Amino acid sequence: MSDKHDPSLSEGSDAGEEQANVAAPPAETGTGTDGADAAPAGTHGPTHREQDRPSVLHQILSGSALMSVLAIVLALFIGGLLIAFADQETRDASGYFFSRPTDTLAAGWSAMWDAYVAMFRGSVFDWQAASFAAMIKPLTESLVFAVPLILAGLGIAVGFRAGLFNIGAQGQIIVGAIVAAWLGFAFDLPPVIHLLVAILGGAIGGAVYGGIPGLLKARFGANEVIVTIMLNYIAVYLISYMLKQPAFNPGRTGQRSPAVAPEATYPLLVPDWLVPGNTFRLHWGFVVAILATLFVWWLLERSTIGFELRAAGANPAAARTAGMSVGRVILVTMLIAGALSGLAATAQVLGTERSLTAGVAASYGFDAITVALLGRSRPWGTFFAGLLFGALKAGGFLMQSLTATPIDIVLVVQSIIVLLIAAPPLVRAVFRLPSPGSRSRRQSRSTTKEVTA
Amino acid sequence: MSTPVTPAPAQPAPAAQTAPGATRPRVGWKTPIVYGLAALVTLLLFVPGTPAGEQTTFQFGSGTEFFTIPDVPVPALITIVLLTVIMAAAAVWAVLLVRQRRHAPAWLHVVVGVAFVLAFLTYAGAGRTSVIPMVSLLAGALALSVPLVFGAMSGVICERSGIINIAIEGQLLFGAFAAAVVASAVGTGYAGLVAAPIAGGIVGAMLAWFAVSYRVNQIIVGVVLNTLIIGLTGFLFATVLADNKEMWNTRMPLPRLPIPLLSEIPVVGPVLFNQTILVYLMYALIFGLQFMLFRSRWGLRTRAVGEHPKAADTVGIKVNVRRVWNTILGGAIAGLGGAFFTVGSGLAFGREMSAGQGYIALAAMILGKWNPYGAVAAALLFGFSKNLGNVLSTIGSGVPSEILLMLPYVITIFAVAGFVGRVRPPAAEGVPYTKS
Repeated sequence: MSDKHDPSLSEGSDAGEEQANVAAPPAETGTGTDGADAAPAGTHGPTHREQDRPSVLHQILSGSALMSVLAIVLALFIGGLLIAFADQETRDASGYFFSRPTDTLAAGWSAMWDAYVAMFRGSVFDWQAASFAAMIKPLTESLVFAVPLILAGLGIAVGFRAGLFNIGAQGQIIVGAIVAAWLGFAFDLPPVIHLLVAILGGAIGGAVYGGIPGLLKARFGANEVIVTIMLNYIAVYLISYMLKQPAFNPGRTGQRSPAVAPEATYPLLVPDWLVPGNTFRLHWGFVVAILATLFVWWLLERSTIGFELRAAGANPAAARTAGMSVGRVILVTMLIAGALSGLAATAQVLGTERSLTAGVAASYGFDAITVALLGRSRPWGTFFAGLLFGALKAGGFLMQSLTATPIDIVLVVQSIIVLLIAAPPLVRAVFRLPSPGSRSRRQSRSTTKEVTA
Repeated sequence: MSTPVTPAPAQPAPAAQTAPGATRPRVGWKTPIVYGLAALVTLLLFVPGTPAGEQTTFQFGSGTEFFTIPDVPVPALITIVLLTVIMAAAAVWAVLLVRQRRHAPAWLHVVVGVAFVLAFLTYAGAGRTSVIPMVSLLAGALALSVPLVFGAMSGVICERSGIINIAIEGQLLFGAFAAAVVASAVGTGYAGLVAAPIAGGIVGAMLAWFAVSYRVNQIIVGVVLNTLIIGLTGFLFATVLADNKEMWNTRMPLPRLPIPLLSEIPVVGPVLFNQTILVYLMYALIFGLQFMLFRSRWGLRTRAVGEHPKAADTVGIKVNVRRVWNTILGGAIAGLGGAFFTVGSGLAFGREMSAGQGYIALAAMILGKWNPYGAVAAALLFGFSKNLGNVLSTIGSGVPSEILLMLPYVITIFAVAGFVGRVRPPAAEGVPYTKS
């Protein structure tokens, strides 16, 4: 988190958190002292500079890692309250709340506890299962759900770092899935090559679809938020149109394409000799996700294009003055973001589902936005956020079947986490933590923003 | 293929910018090009695709008018050729206008748009036994537009004051939910009309709270609030509402209130004046908002806060207070629009029943250039093309319904990219304001 030392670059992209931190005490009245900070808020970054570190304890208490943990805890608690509220026994008991309040609390607590225990068993470790393989299967299921989230989340994170709001991961996943699935079932190629071709096709499909808003923004200044939202809907109709075409639906069997050829599917990751008798669905897409995370880290932190990308995100005017072509950066960023979403699609069609359906993208594209936000647009942050949300998703299914708690609660928890992460002062206020404001930082930030305000 | 054509009627004529006698500025060639494309598409696609001698039957009656208009069978090919000639003439005239550096009048856009749609309908219905039901086509279009109009109005109010309201979707959904639940619990649809704006207002207040107090990026808050509301309503739908359906989720339709005399005008009457109170509220809202935004102190201040908050602050307007109240008001309006999904259409609440309409409302607002009238025109266009897709898929035409359903989104992308006039958002949109 605080490992970066290029203040000039981190300023813009960190504005969201930093300014929120600074504005914490007077924020309620809307009279923050820091007028220069009116930059578009968004992604997050180092909260501390080397020169002004008060104390280790203070740093831990106000650091963003702790904020993330507290936000998750708080969100789970609020979700728990909702579960308790929806529980029939709790509501029955609340009818006589004032005569015996403990009944209500006990019923509510047990509803909440049962749900979260089921969620844990469904996502990490199931101690009631018969064999070791079955016990750790939930963990692999979490990873299966995490793979597309991580990949698409990385795509969105790259966009955020360049100051682009790529809401279009959903559409990019769909188009990537169409291409990857088509390459997967319509051709007959040697084993490894077929898989690589399908993966590459999916990535290119996503990249092209992501490049459209990039091109329109670079060339015509079209707002990428609107364009990507529209492209999402177009993609939904596109996939439903494609699935009606003879090439995708030869038997007219319904809303499912032919199965992807076995040569074009990701091999399973956990071999039988390692965990005997396993039925894990976890495939090599997970390795792709790790490699993609490494690639994005390299891209953002070590490469020239990544430098330009962050510069354009932090301050496009300055980047332009420094001789960078901001339009080109926007286009390249969206191409990369789309390609990553396309990879997420390959994890679905070549790994988990192995054919194309209308719901192949599920809601991964939208969930990925929250993943990138929780990960603060950092590659590894996004990776772990993807793991967490994958676990919530996997656990949600068992919770739904065991305790009849609808999986929608996962959406609630996810969105509360992101809301809280985006507003650290709120979390601090709830847990009564110190705020990390310090004068030297405030002064160092009053740069170019006045003009835009 | 017909993409560039349909926006024409949605586009309000640009105000005359030229004083008489002054040298007129150049006028772009977009209008004649779009007209020409419309004529060309008709000529190349619809004319060869229509067999000679076939008829298309239009149905205008619905049985409630003063007098019943009989079904109108027209010879398909001749009609299409005639309409093509009209469009071609309009294109030629537009060329002449451009050379004189004049803008084409607004009614010409409407004429070309209507001609194109009629040509398309004639083509689609040629030689089929089923009639083209004009009344239900238009009434359905209006019904699909109602939530869009409310949502777009909400967007106008918020964005004119500088807050990007992506949460329209969540406000619509929560409004729909609250309307269904309260109406069901109280036992009358009208109770839902009270609850819906409150629910939408709560979502608006949350947006304002995070966007203004914590200065979180407004797009992020909006997107996340949408997810939150989808999750929350879905959760409650599957638990509380499902446990006791009679109590919490019974259908409570609002009664239709036909306006005497007006509702009996052929075609117009059943489409516009035989509606629920929610739709009449929408009419009032459209005209009221257009007036208030450009003619009242509230509107002037709202626009000032959205365009140049510092200047507004200098003359004593409380920027953030104004933004918060506008966002809450906008949320309430979108919430009221959400009531259309449930009590307004006589349905019980269903999971994710707003189905992305909030995002389309946002697009309608942008296509309408942040103006109430423009946004309404765009919303009607979206509603019409969607309903056209539905109707044609039931009649069974050669055009895949998916392509038609894509149209509004494609049009919006073209609009945002600047093909349909210049689109300029309020200058301070999305930028949090703090006194320095």
